[in-house]
Amino acid sequence: MLLFTAALLALTISAALSLVFSKKPAWSAFAGAGGNVLAAALGLAALVFAGAKPHLNLPWAVPGGQFHIALDPLSAVFLAPMFVLCACGALYGVSYGGLNRRTGTGFLLYNLLTASMAVVFTARNAMLFLAAWEIMALCSFLLVVTDYDNPETRNAGWVYLVATHIGTAFIIALFALAWHKCGSTEFADFPKAFASLPFAAVALLSVTGFGAKAGFFPFHVWLPKAHPAAPSHVSAVMSGIMIKTGIYGIIRMISFCPPPPFWFGGLLASIGIISGVGGVLFALAQRDIKRSLAYSSVENIGIIALGLGMGWMGAASGRTDIAFIGFAGALLHVINHAFFKGLLFFGAGAVYHATGIRDMDRLGGLRRFMPVTALTFLAGSAAIAALPPFNGFISEFLIYSGAFKAVVAGRGAGFGGLAVILGLSLTGGLAAACFTRAFGIIFLGEPRAKLAVEHGEPPLMAGPMVALAALCLFIGLAPQFAARLVTEPALMLSGAPYADLPSRLQPAGLLGCAVVLLSLALWFFRKRLLAGRAVASAPTWGCGYSAPAASMQYTASSFAQPLVDFFGIGTAKKIEEPHGLFPSHAMFRSETPDIAKSRFYRPLFENIEQRMSSLRVIQHGNIHAYILYIAAALVALLVWTLK
Amino acid sequence: MDIEMTAIADFAAALLLAPLLPGIINRVKAFFAGRRGQSVFQLYYDLRKLLAKGAVYSSASGFVFRLGPVASLAALLAALAVMPAGGHGSLASFDGDIILFAYLLALSRFVTVLAALDTGSSFGGMGASREVFFSALAEPAFFLSLAVLAKKAGAFSFNLIFLSANPVTGTPLLLVLAALFIVFLAENCRIPFDDPNTHLELTMIHEVMVLDHSGPDFALISYGAALKMWLLGAIVVRLALPFGGGTGGAQSPALFLAGIFALAIAAGIVESCMARLRLLKVPALLLSASMLAFAAFMVS
Repeated sequence: MLLFTAALLALTISAALSLVFSKKPAWSAFAGAGGNVLAAALGLAALVFAGAKPHLNLPWAVPGGQFHIALDPLSAVFLAPMFVLCACGALYGVSYGGLNRRTGTGFLLYNLLTASMAVVFTARNAMLFLAAWEIMALCSFLLVVTDYDNPETRNAGWVYLVATHIGTAFIIALFALAWHKCGSTEFADFPKAFASLPFAAVALLSVTGFGAKAGFFPFHVWLPKAHPAAPSHVSAVMSGIMIKTGIYGIIRMISFCPPPPFWFGGLLASIGIISGVGGVLFALAQRDIKRSLAYSSVENIGIIALGLGMGWMGAASGRTDIAFIGFAGALLHVINHAFFKGLLFFGAGAVYHATGIRDMDRLGGLRRFMPVTALTFLAGSAAIAALPPFNGFISEFLIYSGAFKAVVAGRGAGFGGLAVILGLSLTGGLAAACFTRAFGIIFLGEPRAKLAVEHGEPPLMAGPMVALAALCLFIGLAPQFAARLVTEPALMLSGAPYADLPSRLQPAGLLGCAVVLLSLALWFFRKRLLAGRAVASAPTWGCGYSAPAASMQYTASSFAQPLVDFFGIGTAKKIEEPHGLFPSHAMFRSETPDIAKSRFYRPLFENIEQRMSSLRVIQHGNIHAYILYIAAALVALLVWTLK
Repeated sequence: MDIEMTAIADFAAALLLAPLLPGIINRVKAFFAGRRGQSVFQLYYDLRKLLAKGAVYSSASGFVFRLGPVASLAALLAALAVMPAGGHGSLASFDGDIILFAYLLALSRFVTVLAALDTGSSFGGMGASREVFFSALAEPAFFLSLAVLAKKAGAFSFNLIFLSANPVTGTPLLLVLAALFIVFLAENCRIPFDDPNTHLELTMIHEVMVLDHSGPDFALISYGAALKMWLLGAIVVRLALPFGGGTGGAQSPALFLAGIFALAIAAGIVESCMARLRLLKVPALLLSASMLAFAAFMVS
């Protein structure tokens, strides 16, 4: 616990230092990034050398609150990727953000965000949890609006701020209920409180409250706005770690409940299917690379929810082995998604840093100018499409295994398993489409528009990307180490007595190694064959057309068009056809607005606004009347208390 | 994991005999067209010729274009290790190898699609876009079929499914075979999904993605395509024919070979009697494969 406290101190002190030095950006970048990396080292060491009683309980001036934090295996699953990704992001941020007058505040907020997430994952007291939760929300909001001169960014920040606070309201309601029942804000007393509350109330409040942060469909609307607006290292941390605080919250709260009934697992699995398929379809329809990545986070949160749903369905039908595999898959996907999504956001950021463009239809051929980014982005794309030999496959393999086991078991769990298999296979195919598109259009072929590639790939940006890509490959080839990290919390959640996860995963890892070795062997086989023969370079075969131009290449929009049209997710097309013998003007534009936003939230909020507008009568700017309201309110309260 | 000699023999047989399948299909098509047709060994001759050639690479392409054929074939070879593509068991077998198999095929497709995009040609892009579209719809059909097999056999490993004492029979078998045969045709880019013979690029999917590959690279791709046909065909054959439970008798290699060649003939007959579907109709056929598999799940 000493090490963990030291990590928290390192984060807060370095945050303060980077603000103090904000007149000297180089110093504050050094303090901020250095402090974050030091904290990561201390924090990871704390997880490795967690003592027998990893508790810290300090008195706290906040009424009803205690500064009570503790490390347990469930916290460790979330903390380990958090420390790694935040440290990578801090280093990346030094180069990405550049050294300017915003460096100091940037690192202040970034390190505070890291510290608050660390507290969220370890807090054992509701007041402390809420305080950390709110600091996390505010820091991330301020980081999202880093580029506040842009009106679109301010709008994105606003949407995020509203969404996160609506979620927080539900969490406060949940904690207030628990406090009302047991008279304590300590998490240790929550099981007592939840036992006397209807399970449905606890479940729905946590799924709504934490789901808003996690980005479950249809609570996801803030993600595709906030992620593109934020600086890329912040998007990486928000998408890789911060939205997982929602997943953590759900798991933690449900673990305080009596064993959940079957419908709860079914509910999470349904949310998972809707988020997974919906997320990836909207990811396919986007032209902005970072918005596409944000939607793909909705998809991956859906996959995690599928695993959790499988777990709770298995547990409710008395199959702890199925439950174990489901939970282990979901938790492993939490770790894996942090690494590959962080990597992909870093890659997208590097592209934006170099070209100033996020619109995929205008990019292309960047492989030539940014080889490291291209190679690592390729690894990330394969990982997120759940392809062996990368880490994404390992976690999806586990969730599939749980589902197949459920199918074999039959009855209710069997249909749950079939639904999970259907959802995962559909998302898997679509994710492959989405990421062949992202990588292929941005990095392969020829540039689609005139590109001014500046800055190249500074080592502080390339280094973190290489590190994360290596981690993705390592977990894919040798899954047994990551499996150990999730075994204990999955056992705790499922109630299974024992499970040998590493040996279940090892064959998949070994065959992944086989793929790598066979590829290398074939590569050298071809090299030997071609040695000494004529190897020519010629223009791409255009079927006889002799003047191909880069603008004739398939674009991201054309690549996705058949899929997007088939699934009918509401792509709006605007066409001005050429007219006359000598047509001068023609235009085509397609855009895919978010269904949840246009069909659900906008009507809802417009309706509320209309109804509330009648209350405007009392808001007229007349100060005398306002004072009268206050006096009336005071008198009313006085009467109420005297009664 | 102790490896049996029979599994090694099956593996080697698959590697050696897979190029016969396209030859048989072409021969059947020639028969229906009233021609004598090329030799069934044609692909072997082609491979020898291609392997002896130099190569031409598009000036737009780079590392990914060169990685495509290599990684694609490597993934298929690894997939062959978990598929009992002969009369016996497979080289490697574990809980969930069916999932790994499906995703190795996905890996093979992934790198092929990227190699097509690397040429910067709009033909390549067109083929790539259609390939990911159709395979995204074929994936659920394949997984639903696997779920039917797993449910009946009580296991989710190919070896245990095919050697199960409780094989799928009757109506569910017919339904799941129909679903898997559709997936077999779609994944191998045969009519009615794709026409491997056409040279009108706008109608092609697989062929248009590999237009720019030449020499040894194209040899790897053609060989990989034949191997993929063997792999997916093996599932259909192992289900359709009575191999009996247990490890199978001495006659099973002959039975398997007869089965897979018969499957190639069936594919040739479909190809001779049907036209390619309009691209817009293809999704409906793939969805119906999912429906068939779902029906099989319900009745089994």
